[in-house]
Amino acid sequence: MPPLLKLDDVYAQYITRYGTVYAVNGVSLEIGEGEILGIVGESGCGKSTLARVMMMNVKPPLHLVRGRVLLQGVELNRLPRDRLKREVWGKQVSLVPQSVMNALNPTMRVRDIIRDFVKVHNPELDDDEVYSMARDRFEELGLDIRALDLYPFELSGGMRQRVAIAIATLLNPKLLIADEPTSALDVSTQKVVLKLLKRLWNEGIVKSIVFITHDIAVVRQIATRIAVMYAGKIVEVGPLEEVIFKPLHPYTELLISSILTPEPEVKKRGLVEIRGAPPDLRTPPRGCPFAERCPYATDRCRREEPRPVVIGSRLIYCHLRGGGAA
Amino acid sequence: MELPEPLLRVENLSKVFVVGLFTRRRIDAVKGVSFTIGRREIVSLVGESGSGKTTTAKIILRLEKPTSGRVLFEGRDVWRDLRSREDILWYRRSVQGVMQDPYGAFNPFYRVDRVFKQMFKLLPKDMDDEERWGLVEKALIEVGLNPRYVLGKYPHELSGGERQRVMIARALLVEPKLLIADEPVSMLDATLRSGILKLLMKLRDERGLSILFITHDMGLAYYVSDRILVMYRGELVEEGHPDELIESPRHPYTKRLISDIPLLYRKWSDI
Repeated sequence: MPPLLKLDDVYAQYITRYGTVYAVNGVSLEIGEGEILGIVGESGCGKSTLARVMMMNVKPPLHLVRGRVLLQGVELNRLPRDRLKREVWGKQVSLVPQSVMNALNPTMRVRDIIRDFVKVHNPELDDDEVYSMARDRFEELGLDIRALDLYPFELSGGMRQRVAIAIATLLNPKLLIADEPTSALDVSTQKVVLKLLKRLWNEGIVKSIVFITHDIAVVRQIATRIAVMYAGKIVEVGPLEEVIFKPLHPYTELLISSILTPEPEVKKRGLVEIRGAPPDLRTPPRGCPFAERCPYATDRCRREEPRPVVIGSRLIYCHLRGGGAA
Repeated sequence: MELPEPLLRVENLSKVFVVGLFTRRRIDAVKGVSFTIGRREIVSLVGESGSGKTTTAKIILRLEKPTSGRVLFEGRDVWRDLRSREDILWYRRSVQGVMQDPYGAFNPFYRVDRVFKQMFKLLPKDMDDEERWGLVEKALIEVGLNPRYVLGKYPHELSGGERQRVMIARALLVEPKLLIADEPVSMLDATLRSGILKLLMKLRDERGLSILFITHDMGLAYYVSDRILVMYRGELVEEGHPDELIESPRHPYTKRLISDIPLLYRKWSDI
């Protein structure tokens, strides 16, 4: 069975008069049906850009300069924007953005936002049909249907996020991309939102989820597989617990060791300090992007870009693990 | 035997905000909060957004007036006993703040040097410029920055972690006894956080600095504090040693908060 979504050697750049930002640099990734893939990385590593590329919501200054984005074998990168809007977004792939307040029109009630959204895809439905569809889905997901009659600003942060997720999945898209959906929320609200995502997946309303975050402890609760991103590249991909408990890439190792969750196992390890900062993506380094901060880097790491190495069910881009061995 | 007076004593502190033009509404931001901070102690104030932790910090920093209650620093009521300009300068030298946003704290059009110059008015009047910049260099080295690398730079040329270190160095310039750090690492990436937390602990150990560390993240409080205070809806609901608090929370709110924190080694059973 082909993967649900496949990124094939994708390069995406923000091209402006003032220069180019190399945001995504040669990413290949497959998202299978039935999985929840967590994409983790620090701010500015290109993970939100990758989310936009995954649904081909790419417009200037962002450009896909190389590579293909395949949704069930269909090359999304060849489809014009109006076809993507009508046939793909919302129906096949949906996005829940980080800042929901900007995504929901503040001057419209939730039910009218839903009506406009559904009618882009199904113009034949009349208003009452859309409203009853929305009511049924809200009830199914345990959301208060009174929210339908409110304006976005009248909802609490957590409720707003859940409403946005309910709208994004109303047409049962196969793939849901959630970009830092809980980052602005308090921990208890965060848990409620994560539960909702898991429920959509358990009940088969969505087949797969891509969960983008900087918080590994959050991904730990929900994902089945994890991809670690650094400076516009994936450095390691593999099954969740393998990557977290036995990281193979030095960056993954450092990222995991910087997590500060309140538990004795983590406290025993103590505070691990990491020198330096991620590279500036206006001038990405040659060779391995992590070489500058890597405690094990050699001359070769600074010179040559590592090629992917398969170790068990994992993919690692690192010279120390044999990447680039000719 | 009488116990020594703590560095800071907050007594029954309350703050009510009245909002709305026509329909006046009372918001009890802080409700009868009492706690102390000893010398050479890091105390964390943990709570979710809107719990009143930043209002408490502002009252201690004299940026917001309390509705009732007292803040005693070295035994002096900081809202009633500081009368002269000298008293107020003394307090501003003794208690310094470091805020959440290392990006917003800088004016992007001025060099980093300016944030230090703004502190010079709190330094002794008989000090000359050379001595002052000598202190700046010392403070920068203490927070792990190279003065030659930092001075003369514009804010955007520094990383978030470096900017936050600059803000800490700025606070150290006047040799404060208490540092109020309001979410000092919440805007920083995970790989840069540990460094700042280590720095705060070093300042406690080497300088004997006391720190009120304000955060929404129980994980950070667990690592950095000698004592944790939990705030919920304006009230202090629990206080304890980090290990004790995490292992056996007593208040229902603390219990829920701790069970909802995503962990690495334990997966939620109810998701």
